[in-house]
Amino acid sequence: MTAEMTSLDRVLTTLGHKEPDRVPLFLLVTMHGARELGMGLREYFSRGENVAEGQLRLREKYGHDCLYSILYAPLEVEAWGGEVIFRDDGPANSGEPMIGDVEQILSLEPPDVATSPVLARALRATEILKARSRDVPIVGSVVSPFSLPVMQLGFEAYLDLMFERRDLFDRLMAVNEEFCVAWANAQFAAGATAVGYFDPVSSTTVVTPQAYLDTGFKVAQRTIARIKGPTATHFASGRCAGILDDVARTGTAGVGVSAEEDLAALKRAAAGKLALMGNLDGVTMRRWTAEQAEAEVKAAIAAAAPGGGFILSDNHGEIPFQVPDEVLLAIAEATRRWGRYPIDRVDA
Amino acid sequence: MAANDGTRAFERALLAMDRVGARDTLVAAAEGADDTLAVAEAVVAPALERIGDDWEHGTVSLAQLYMAGRIAEQIVGEMLPQVRPDNGERPRLAIVVLEDHHALGKRLVLSALRSSGYAVADYGHGVTVERLVQRCRDDQPRVLLISTLMLPAALRVREVVDRLALPGPPPVVIVGGAPFRLDPELWREVGADAVGRNSAAAIALVDRFTGGVR
Repeated sequence: MTAEMTSLDRVLTTLGHKEPDRVPLFLLVTMHGARELGMGLREYFSRGENVAEGQLRLREKYGHDCLYSILYAPLEVEAWGGEVIFRDDGPANSGEPMIGDVEQILSLEPPDVATSPVLARALRATEILKARSRDVPIVGSVVSPFSLPVMQLGFEAYLDLMFERRDLFDRLMAVNEEFCVAWANAQFAAGATAVGYFDPVSSTTVVTPQAYLDTGFKVAQRTIARIKGPTATHFASGRCAGILDDVARTGTAGVGVSAEEDLAALKRAAAGKLALMGNLDGVTMRRWTAEQAEAEVKAAIAAAAPGGGFILSDNHGEIPFQVPDEVLLAIAEATRRWGRYPIDRVDA
Repeated sequence: MAANDGTRAFERALLAMDRVGARDTLVAAAEGADDTLAVAEAVVAPALERIGDDWEHGTVSLAQLYMAGRIAEQIVGEMLPQVRPDNGERPRLAIVVLEDHHALGKRLVLSALRSSGYAVADYGHGVTVERLVQRCRDDQPRVLLISTLMLPAALRVREVVDRLALPGPPPVVIVGGAPFRLDPELWREVGADAVGRNSAAAIALVDRFTGGVR
């Protein structure tokens, strides 16, 4: 049996497509820390110090293998001047699109990462996590330049732009790429170990594989090449089986996969090229019993863990606030119980 | 042109985002027909239903589904009389995005229903429970389609259903959106009457609850 590893060694070993001591677990909880601190979500996210403290307490409680320095998905669009709507029972959402007229794209300039007070909160959280933790990966996040326009323009207007205004689409990608690279690199400078490259629009749920090759793939290839640290591409519940080889060619190290796809088939396709993260379904998770949690963990481990290259996590990159502690503790316990390598004794 | 041939040709044109080809196909299908609306029912609705099913099965992308609906809605809108007389027999249909501000799902369903000949009132997006309940009390829709993006908004449908129960006959509530696709039991939990897993399913459900009266 392999000796007990640190979380960092465990993750790095699996990213190297080798078997660590046990399957790494990323519980991607962004909101549960507010409950630990007895705060509402808006107050919690108002200071990087809160987020860092929440993440540290959650890792202490669940014993999982990462610290997650993301605040909320529309943080970036807030930095661009867009509207963010907070709620007490779930993730902040982007409000009305910040670009009302697509012609505004011609004069669009990205916010300065170094001076943005909005982004400073996330960077502060990252710095504190770096200072207060050892041997634990700190996972940051960026929204891909190709997916950010869903919040900048609204989904309909963005699809119209993609197919009917290629000149403005290209200009928007150029501006967004500059921002994304600067934002990712600022997180690495603050102490992030890796950055999640959230790119749901590139999934085959949203665009065809051919359209991806012509758009999101090229954007990712250009962008990831300029990011000074490892990335993992996340499709946030979108499907990716049809584009895995191309995703690997973008230079990313791993991929977050959907609960709607066959995890074993994905593992066969990705083996040696991309580490997989997934694919516990966060929506049904809130109703799981401890027994269900154990069964789901066992099934995922049996499908994807042999040989390494697998991090157990949810399928969306953010676990809903409604998922109770008992379920998360049961997932963590089952991972420790059934995820120890060699894992051929797992009978899903 | 037989309806089935027309449907397949129309579907191919929509998936290729070929606006001209789609229009030509539909015009050919309408030749000799007494009622353009019947053509919409016979050709457009089945084509969109198949495209929706294919998206569900992962062989068609959301972008294709969106563009297909948009093109179909535009063509049918041009072919149908601008103002169709309301003889009081057409069921009132309404659609809304509850709380969330992303309206693509609503857009897809609206396009599919309108292309199939249904008149649908659009209650907008980012609508609170309070505003939605009041609007329903004012309008008395027979069918209310609720689209959601995030789980918390999906869970709020329960409150809508409870508050619509009194007074007067409540509308049939059909829900849709990502949380309901990922959790097959969620629509029952929130008290909806049905769930549409895609825009195509919405057409079939509205047909079922209205008897297909357009």
